[in-house]
Amino acid sequence: MTIPRLMLIAAAALATCSHTCAADDTLTIGFTVSRTGKLNTESTAQMRGFELWRDEVNVRGGIAAGDKRYKVSFVSYDDESAHPRVQQLYTRIINQDKAQFLFSPYSSGLVATAAIVSEQHGRIMLTTGAAEEKTYKLGNKNLFQVYSSADLYLAGAIQVVKELYSKAEPALVYKDDPLSKAVLQSARKQVAEAGLRTALDEAYSPETTDFGPIINKVISAKADVLLGGGHYSDGATLARQLHDHGARLKWVTLLVAPDSPNFATLGDAAVGISVPSQWEPQVSFKPDFGPTAAEFTQRFQAEYAIEPGYHAAAGYAAGLLLQHAIEEAGTLDQIKVADVLNKMDVTTMFGRTKFSTNPREHGLQIGHEMVLAQWQKKDGKLVKEVIWPKAAKTADILY
Amino acid sequence: MIGLIASLIDGVLVGAVYGLAAMGLTLIWGVMNVINLTHGAMIVLGMFALYFSASALGLPPYGAVPVTIVIGFAVGVMVYWIAVHRVIGRPHLMSLLSTFAMNMVLIGLGTAVFSTSPYNVPVALPGIAWRGYTFTGTHVVAAALALLIAGLLYLLLHRTRIGKAIRAVAANREAAELNGIPTTQVLSFAFGLGVALAAVSGALIATLFPFNVLSGGAYELKSFVVTVLGAMGNPAGALMGGVALGLIEGAATPFMPVSWTPVIEFVLFVAVLISFPRGLFAFTRS
Amino acid sequence: MTAQEFSPSVAEVAARQPAEHRRAPLWQRPFTWLIVLAGLVFAFLPAWSDNVQLRESLSLAAVYITLASSLNIMLGFSGYVNFGNIVFFGLGGYICVYLVSEWLWPLAAAALAAGVAVSVLALIFGLGILRLRGAFFALATIGVNQAVKAFVSNFEPWGGATGIYLSLDVYDPLGGPAQALWIVYFLIVAVMTASLFLSYVIKSSKFGLGLLAIGENEDAAAVLGVHTPLYKALAYSASAFLPAIVGGLFFFKSGIIEPAGAFDLTVSIEAIVMVMLGGLGTVTGAALGAFLYEELRGVLLTTEAFSHFQLVIAGVLLLAIVRFAPGGLMGLIYRRWPRMRRLLE
Repeated sequence: MTIPRLMLIAAAALATCSHTCAADDTLTIGFTVSRTGKLNTESTAQMRGFELWRDEVNVRGGIAAGDKRYKVSFVSYDDESAHPRVQQLYTRIINQDKAQFLFSPYSSGLVATAAIVSEQHGRIMLTTGAAEEKTYKLGNKNLFQVYSSADLYLAGAIQVVKELYSKAEPALVYKDDPLSKAVLQSARKQVAEAGLRTALDEAYSPETTDFGPIINKVISAKADVLLGGGHYSDGATLARQLHDHGARLKWVTLLVAPDSPNFATLGDAAVGISVPSQWEPQVSFKPDFGPTAAEFTQRFQAEYAIEPGYHAAAGYAAGLLLQHAIEEAGTLDQIKVADVLNKMDVTTMFGRTKFSTNPREHGLQIGHEMVLAQWQKKDGKLVKEVIWPKAAKTADILY
Repeated sequence: MIGLIASLIDGVLVGAVYGLAAMGLTLIWGVMNVINLTHGAMIVLGMFALYFSASALGLPPYGAVPVTIVIGFAVGVMVYWIAVHRVIGRPHLMSLLSTFAMNMVLIGLGTAVFSTSPYNVPVALPGIAWRGYTFTGTHVVAAALALLIAGLLYLLLHRTRIGKAIRAVAANREAAELNGIPTTQVLSFAFGLGVALAAVSGALIATLFPFNVLSGGAYELKSFVVTVLGAMGNPAGALMGGVALGLIEGAATPFMPVSWTPVIEFVLFVAVLISFPRGLFAFTRS
Repeated sequence: MTAQEFSPSVAEVAARQPAEHRRAPLWQRPFTWLIVLAGLVFAFLPAWSDNVQLRESLSLAAVYITLASSLNIMLGFSGYVNFGNIVFFGLGGYICVYLVSEWLWPLAAAALAAGVAVSVLALIFGLGILRLRGAFFALATIGVNQAVKAFVSNFEPWGGATGIYLSLDVYDPLGGPAQALWIVYFLIVAVMTASLFLSYVIKSSKFGLGLLAIGENEDAAAVLGVHTPLYKALAYSASAFLPAIVGGLFFFKSGIIEPAGAFDLTVSIEAIVMVMLGGLGTVTGAALGAFLYEELRGVLLTTEAFSHFQLVIAGVLLLAIVRFAPGGLMGLIYRRWPRMRRLLE
């Protein structure tokens, strides 16, 4: 009898609502993190980038806007790598938590979802972890993309393949999700322009864990190069299974996955695999403000005991860029800050940043360039080296 | 052509493991008329059990398999007493919801403890190469172990006293009770056994691909499909159903994008359910 | 599978109706006005205070109430467990969003068309799978949901696994995003009220009595002249209509629809939990259960300590209901205050 009673009481007591009010000298930035779900690995890295930036800014007294200094405070929730959550949470972040600026979730798909909410409410959102261009072509006014967009991803790899193996027959095997589809749409054209014949062109469902069937198809198609993949979980599995199946491919470039330091756990299966990267610790840009890549890497490693990948670097860069924009605008006013962002053309540890102001693709990143990194064995240990473009490389291509 | 044969063989290998996974589900269904919706969580349990036995206890991966069986059994019995005991014989909705609720609790706890990061059990085995294709060593061993365990299950059910008791209770619980069989004990044993099978199939799957806390769901759905293709209640039918599903997948993939396979699977599932509610290989309940 | 497939409260429900009530015309019954009141409260509360956060929260609650009360038509009255009920929501969403984005239909027309299309499909499908009883039917509904999800993931005109993204100018005919969201909200509330009403009307009708009889003992009902296959198929179809419409509205508001989110089996099961929580077979129960569950979920989602435990708590809650209070909250309320039975349904 007590339990049903308790239930009744519990049911009656269920109307709780908590909200945080932004204090006068606090700047609230809101975003969601995929603390659970498939995107957990990359999203956590991105968040660490945000947090490192926030901690550094606050130690120095906060962001200076006009004659006031604002300490940065985050409001973040777990989106569980799921779209409906993202919408609910961003609505809450904007309306209840009253965040003044927004960062994005991780992954093109979730960012597209968040963008709808941020645009519906007219809030500035710096997007990281989102390379797909379609999001910026839907008529937005307040999105600012930090990553290079998807069509650039495989350009480098295709160029390298063309140089090394002029008669290569690539298999395009990729995840059926917004990022990979966008990347491969451009890649297809680039492969054709390079004069290579596509041996196989197939998307796999995001739920796939057994790549055996598709690997067999790659072998049947007699492909000698593989381009594609998706995010970390499927990419890592694909790499491992390619190794187990002895697919004997001359060249493999996978998206996203090989950039994570965790990829090294694949051991021999990782050797030779390359990844289009938004950033590597070895890059040597001369920043207009903020730390150099080496300094950032050192600080990140001191804080988190692992090397940063590009997800973390982009998170940190987003913070830097927003800070710079606010400081230049001298105010927190959305319109003025957006104005500064629109006119921005700067270099940070992340590379060059310039946002498109063409209303048909507002916010698209048009200044940043990508590199190609590859896992190689040095003195028996696995390391990630930059192999392209020639100007940025730290090691020769392994093939 | 060779590609097709390689695909079919691969299908059979993986199918044996699907069959093992479904065997646990079908055993529980056959004995106590309960659809165990914690099946997916139990598969994941096996995956993690293997992972931790291999890394923490330092056991070789396949050596950890018996450990998984024991753990699975123990957890199964526990789940029986928490979620199943009171709902046997009550309307189906109750047992469905009860086991589903248990599933939510287990997956929720798992997520809180392990998050949904992927885990991997690296197993280095030479594969069997054939005409350019390779049948990975892990697939072959997993299939062999699946068959072995299925065989052991058969022996258990048909050559031991407890097995006889299980079959008696499955046939007619009241009569078994009247004959002096402690049916509740037998039911909890059978449930534990069903879960142990699910767990060990999870352990085998863990040797094949990386996994995370949410991986069980997909295999649970496949187990439903297999159970329906086989016979609902007959473990041998489940094994055959698993192989059948593997063959269907193997036959389809060379000819269409791999992403169409689930469509075929589920359409088949519904079609078979409507036409043969007792399963295609509808032998009498053992 | 001839044994009873329902919870004890269905029989109680049928026996509970005093004869007078069944004969009074709908607009004279107090419960009808309760439903209207609920709808008005939902509509005016956020509007009067221009509270967007409240609107969003109530919006989600209204969607779930629609799902739960429509599900109740099958589950609560005839006892058939539709595990895959979310398929109506998802398909309705896709059809509506597609019509709006590709064929530029106005929202109301698109949503209505989605509702009609999905009900017709449900009728056809229903005639097939409703031959199955009990657990087989439940499994088949999962199969239908997964098959549709897998098919849509491959269907390029609907965006495949990526889905459809609405461009921001679809809100222009409705006066821009801010106003459009309010309009959509009122539409959702209207649909929610309609679903409660539909559920109530069916329950008080001869059709509903037939469904309850099917739930009690299907073969006996058939023998007594209830046209069981037709009744079941109509119930299945009726339970599809409003979820499809509300799905169209919901995904229009979200601006994006993709297979994983549209055909989410977890949400499907949560709808069942809501009905169980509130009280199987009761109209108030479905609404109450949906509302409370959604509030609970919202709190758990954003409370740091609990966000990881959301699933655990929901599972424990469900276990507790099944174990200790299978009649749900309404069951508890009726036991404590029997006179409420005359007022609430």
